[in-house]
Amino acid sequence: MHNNPILRISTKILFAPIILFGLYVQFHGDFGPGGGFQAGVIVASAFILYSLVFGIEAGKKLFPSNINLILLALGGIIYGGVGIVSMLLGDEFLAYNILGSSPQSGQHIGILLVEFGVGLTVSNVMIALFNAFASYDKIKEK
Amino acid sequence: MISELLINAFLVTIMLSIAIALIKTRTVIFTVILTSAYSLVAALMFITLDAVDVAFTEASVGAGISTILFLAAMAYLPKKEEESISSEFVPALSCIILGGILIWCSFDLPEIGQLTAPIHQHIAPEYIKGSKEDIGIPNIVTSVLASYRGYDTFGETIVVFTAGVAVLALLQKKNPAKKNKSQPKQKIRKNA
Repeated sequence: MHNNPILRISTKILFAPIILFGLYVQFHGDFGPGGGFQAGVIVASAFILYSLVFGIEAGKKLFPSNINLILLALGGIIYGGVGIVSMLLGDEFLAYNILGSSPQSGQHIGILLVEFGVGLTVSNVMIALFNAFASYDKIKEK
Repeated sequence: MISELLINAFLVTIMLSIAIALIKTRTVIFTVILTSAYSLVAALMFITLDAVDVAFTEASVGAGISTILFLAAMAYLPKKEEESISSEFVPALSCIILGGILIWCSFDLPEIGQLTAPIHQHIAPEYIKGSKEDIGIPNIVTSVLASYRGYDTFGETIVVFTAGVAVLALLQKKNPAKKNKSQPKQKIRKNA
């Protein structure tokens, strides 16, 4: 697929808008349909599209696997961390009311952070799964 | 009312024909593509039920990313499924019986959108009111998912994380593990 100009150029044009749409879905989830799960999948699909068209090596150069693995774990840590911070501030685990100056702003901050954690984990799990399947053959050959 | 019926009948017809085509096909890639198409129609079905968030998830996860992951995984399978030798009578009979029971039970379900149904009486009114007053978010789905049911979503995230790590452990083990295992063995041999 590396030599097909239509695929290469359309991937380059589409890459940024897909990620922008993913971010929109991620941070607009409070007001419209969307949220961490959908946004994570959309952002992951941009990177997978890049890997599909330009090859798995180019995809790994764009988004190195060690960063991928760190971010994969970081999403869950952010989610759990919000719960622990709210516990340290004197409320229950994952009770966001205490995070902000008023209960409503606390809920806003909590939901935003939690959704961000979900999106981070989901997108990086999807990219890691695709990379693992796509580079499995080469590991076997060695 | 009539237009809604027409749309639903249209979607169900497409779903049924995709399902029948899925039974008939023996080629792996057609199976994956047809499953993806089925998910897309299911997403449209969710839109007719006014469940936009679920439709969004179904379209992006069911029709989008899982198709790519299936294709990536199925590259290691043979191109065609083998013809089954055993009889198809018993599985068909059990499917028909199960489907019949499910259809029979569905007559007891309350009508869709009926306000007096138990599901709209239990905690749903509290969430609808609280989402606006306590949380201040217009999208009730997000406030239920991230705040009221924060524990469940935390569990879901951890499930996704665990599944990803498990697949990575299965697929990426080969190279480093071989080196680590083979080195101690040689040492033992030398000592012996």
